[in-house]
Amino acid sequence: MKKKITFYLNNEKVVVKCHPLKTLLKVLREDLNHTEVKNGCEQGECGACTVIIEDEDKKSFATNSCLVAIGQVEGKKIVTIKGLNKEKELHPIQKSFIDEGAVQCGFCTPGLILVTKSLLDNNPNPTDEEIKYAISGNLCRCTGYIKIFAAIKKAIKLVKKIRNSKKI
Amino acid sequence: MKKNLNVVGESVLRNDVVEKVLGTAKYIDDYKFDGMLYGFTVRSTISHGKIISINISKAKKINGVVNIFTAKDIPGKNFFPMILNDYPFLAENKVLFYGQPIALVVATNQEIAKEAAKNVFIEYEELEPVLDIHYAMKKNSPKIFGSDNILRKYIIKKGNIDQGFKEADVIVEDVFETNYQVHSYLEPNGMIAVPQPDGGITVYGTMQCPFYVHDAIANILNIYHNKIRVVQTTTGGGFGGKEDVPSLVAGHVALLAYLTKKPVKLVYTREEDFHGMSKRHPGYIEIKYGAKKNGKIVAAKVRYILDGGAFATLSPIVLWRGTVHAVGPYDIPNVLIESFAVATNKVPCGAFRGFGQPQATFANESLIDILAEKLKISPLKLRQINMLKPYSRTATNDKISNSCGFKKVLSEVIKKSKYEKILSKKNENLSTIKTGAGLAIAFYGVGLGAGGKYIDRAGAYLQIQKDGTVIISIGNTELGQGVFTVISQIASEILGAPYEFVKVLQPDTTRVPDSGPTVASRSTLMSGNAVLDAAKQVRERIDTMVLKLFNKSKGKVYSNGKEYFISTNPEKKIHYLEVIKKCFVQRINLSATGWYTGEDVSFDSETGQGKAYYSYTFSATVAIVKVNILTGVVEVKKIVSGHDIGKAINPKLCEAQIEGGVIQSLGYALTENLVLKNGIILNPSFAGYLIPTSMDIPEIIPVIVESKYSKGPFGAKGLGESPMITPSTAIANAIYNATGFRTKKLPVTPEILLELKNKK
Repeated sequence: MKKKITFYLNNEKVVVKCHPLKTLLKVLREDLNHTEVKNGCEQGECGACTVIIEDEDKKSFATNSCLVAIGQVEGKKIVTIKGLNKEKELHPIQKSFIDEGAVQCGFCTPGLILVTKSLLDNNPNPTDEEIKYAISGNLCRCTGYIKIFAAIKKAIKLVKKIRNSKKI
Repeated sequence: MKKNLNVVGESVLRNDVVEKVLGTAKYIDDYKFDGMLYGFTVRSTISHGKIISINISKAKKINGVVNIFTAKDIPGKNFFPMILNDYPFLAENKVLFYGQPIALVVATNQEIAKEAAKNVFIEYEELEPVLDIHYAMKKNSPKIFGSDNILRKYIIKKGNIDQGFKEADVIVEDVFETNYQVHSYLEPNGMIAVPQPDGGITVYGTMQCPFYVHDAIANILNIYHNKIRVVQTTTGGGFGGKEDVPSLVAGHVALLAYLTKKPVKLVYTREEDFHGMSKRHPGYIEIKYGAKKNGKIVAAKVRYILDGGAFATLSPIVLWRGTVHAVGPYDIPNVLIESFAVATNKVPCGAFRGFGQPQATFANESLIDILAEKLKISPLKLRQINMLKPYSRTATNDKISNSCGFKKVLSEVIKKSKYEKILSKKNENLSTIKTGAGLAIAFYGVGLGAGGKYIDRAGAYLQIQKDGTVIISIGNTELGQGVFTVISQIASEILGAPYEFVKVLQPDTTRVPDSGPTVASRSTLMSGNAVLDAAKQVRERIDTMVLKLFNKSKGKVYSNGKEYFISTNPEKKIHYLEVIKKCFVQRINLSATGWYTGEDVSFDSETGQGKAYYSYTFSATVAIVKVNILTGVVEVKKIVSGHDIGKAINPKLCEAQIEGGVIQSLGYALTENLVLKNGIILNPSFAGYLIPTSMDIPEIIPVIVESKYSKGPFGAKGLGESPMITPSTAIANAIYNATGFRTKKLPVTPEILLELKNKK
C-alpha cells in the first residue's frame, strides 16, 4: 500500500511514493540519499538521526527521524544538516563546533548541531540547565559533552551577534 | 634566533572536521555501489549446543533472497587470525554463545535479508552452558576450551612473597568485581566488499585495524594479500570495539561478495552490535597488601581473573596488560600475581580502552584506601610513600625511566581539586546528601609492550606535491581521537610546511606496510615517529636546496613555519613555496617512506620479569561526589584528572581525550550495567544500557604534565587509554568518603548502594 507523500526538504519540494509507515529516517537515507542523517540505533535512543520539523503553524522542533512515520510529515518542512549552509559559509553553530573542538568521530555531530539550532530558534538565551536538557537525547561517546557545551555557548553569542547586526 | 616549535604544542584546529559538521563525511552505511546486495547474519539463539541441522529452504524462497551460505561454503580457513585462532567465521558443528554467527543471508535489500535470516531454522542439541568463571575453572564443569577452560594464564613473581607478608605489620585483603562494559560507539559496525576484475576484493568499513582485516580476508577466501585492499572509511568511534571483531564482519562480507560476484553491504543493527561484538571483560580480583607501620608496602598478592567469553580473541593480551599493572603504580619488593582468562558460554570479550587495567585498578586503588584507613595514614600520603618514581621498579622489575612526572601529576591534581579539604570535611548527620572526595592513581605502559612486540611497528609515506601541499599515508586509523591532526602537526613542524597544507589520507592497506593495530595509545608514538622519519628525509633535501639558494655549502636551516632562513643571516627569508618550486624544477625527490619500531621489550613467561613496556604514562584522578543516601543516587560534581603524557602535540585534543575518557569511566562506575541471564544479554539497547548523557556531566579539569620520553616524537608518549583507568575508582573512593559505604562491585548502581547501606 504505497502512498504519495509531499513535503519540503531543506526548502525544496519533495514527492515520495512509499508506505506511509516507513520511517522518515529510511526515506531520507534510502530513497533520497540524504545520508547526512545518521542511523545510530533506529530505536529513538541516540539522537544521531535528528532532523528539525516545522509545522504548518511555523512551530519547529528537533526530533529523531527514526521515530517519525513518513505519513506524518505530509506538507511539513524538514531540515537536515545540509539545510544549514545553503550559502558556502558555515553556519555559526557549525563554526563553533569546530572552533571549540566539539567534534571527534563526528557521527553524533549533525544531530547535535540540529538540536542546538532548534534550541536557539525557540529560545535564544538558554540557561546552562536548558542547554543540558535540550541535548540530553543526543548521545556522544567521544567528547564527554564538555566541548559540546562550550560550542553551544559560543554559538549563542555568535548567533546573537549576527541577529543584532541584521537588525541594524 | 627562533628555536621554539612552530606548530607542535599548539592547539590548532582539527583538519578532518569540516566535512563532519557539513554532514558530507561518509561513514560506511553512507556508501552505495551499483548492483549492491545486502547481507544479514543468522545467529545462535542458544548459549551452548550442537548444531543438528540448518534449514534454509523457507528462507531461500523469499522474494529477493539471492542466497544463503554456511561454514561449508567457505573456500579458505574458517577462523580469523587473532592470537589463539579459535573464533570461527561461521559455526560448524557447535555454538558457544548466544549471537554467534551461523549463516549469512544475501538479498536485494536489508529488510529482505533480515526477514530471511529469521526464517533460517536451526535445530540444536542444547548443552549445559558454562556461565560462571569459578564454575568454568572447576574440574567437573563442561569444557568449552581445551581441557581446563583457561584461555591464557600468567604469573609474576618478584622477591619472596611469604617473607614479604611476614615482615608486614598490617595486612589487608579483599575481593573486587567489575561488570561488562559496552563500547557504545555511535556508529555500529559494518563493511562493504566489492569484487575486483582480477579476482581480488576491496573491503571498505568502519574499523581500527585494517591490517587485521586484511589477514582475515586472506584467510576466509584463501587468496593472496596482494589481491586484497582494505580501506578504512570515516569511523564513528571505536574505543577498542572495532579492533578484533571487525575482522569477522569483513570476512563475512568478503565471502558474500566473492560468492555472489556482486558488491555486498553488511551493516549491523544496534541490537546485533550489542549481542555480537566484543565487550570489556568482567573482572574478578582477589588482592592482598602487606605494609609496615610507616606505610611502606612490602608485599602484594593478586589473583586476577577475566571472563573471556566463548572465544579468546584478544583475551590473552588484555589479561597480560592487566596482569603487568595489577598491583598498582607502586614500588613493592615482594609480589605474586596469578592471572587467568577463562572461557564461558557468553559473548567473547576483547579490547576496550584501558585493556584490563580499569578492572585491576578498581581493586588496587580501593584496597590502598582500605590500607590507609587501617594504618591511620591519609590515602594521599600512603600513595606518596609507595608510588613509582624514576629508577624504582615495577612488579615485572622494569626500571622506571626519567620520563616520570608522577609526583607533579599527583600534586597538581590534589591542589586543583582541594582533595584534602573535602576528604577531611565531616558531613552533617541529618543531611541526606553527603559529599565526599576520592583519589585513584595509575601507571600505563604505552604501546603494545612485550605482549605484542612482533607487531609493534609502523610505516608512513609522505609526499610534497607540486603546489606545496603535502599528502601523508599512515597505517593507524582516525577514529575521532584526532591522530590525523597530530600527524599533520608533526609533519608540518619537521618539513617547515604550513599546517594547512598537510593532509593525511584515508588509511588503505595498499599505501603503507602493515603498521599493526590502532590501539594501546600507540598512534602518536608509532605513526608519529614513522612520519618523523619520512619528513626528516625530505627536509634534508629541502635544506640542501635552501643552502644553495643562499649560496652556502653548509649550515643549519631554520623554519618559522612558512619561510626558511639560516643563522648567519636570519633577516633574509625564502618562502616555503619558492623552495618547493625550485626543488621541482631541479627534479629533487620530495617523497619518502618512514619506518619505526619500538625499543626492545621482554617478558619472561616463567617469572613474569622483564622490561614489559618501553615507556609509561602516569595519571591521577580526584572525584568529588554528592550521594543521596535515601535514593542511592550518586551525582559526580567535579573530576580533576591529570596525566603525564610526555608532550602534548595538541593540548586541546589532549583535553578532549581526557574529558571523553573520564566520562566513559564515570559511566563504568555508575550507570553502565549490562544484564545477562543464561548467557543472553537482556538489555541490548541504549534504552536499557545507560551511557552518560549531557545530564550526567560534572565539571572536569584536565591536567597535562609533560615529562618527555626521549624516543617519543617531540617527547610524546601516549594518552588515549589513560583517562579511562582511574576516574571510576576515584568515584568509588569518593562514595566511601561521603557515606562510609565501601563498594566492591562496579557499577555502583543506586540498588547496590542501598543494599550496602542496609547491610551497615
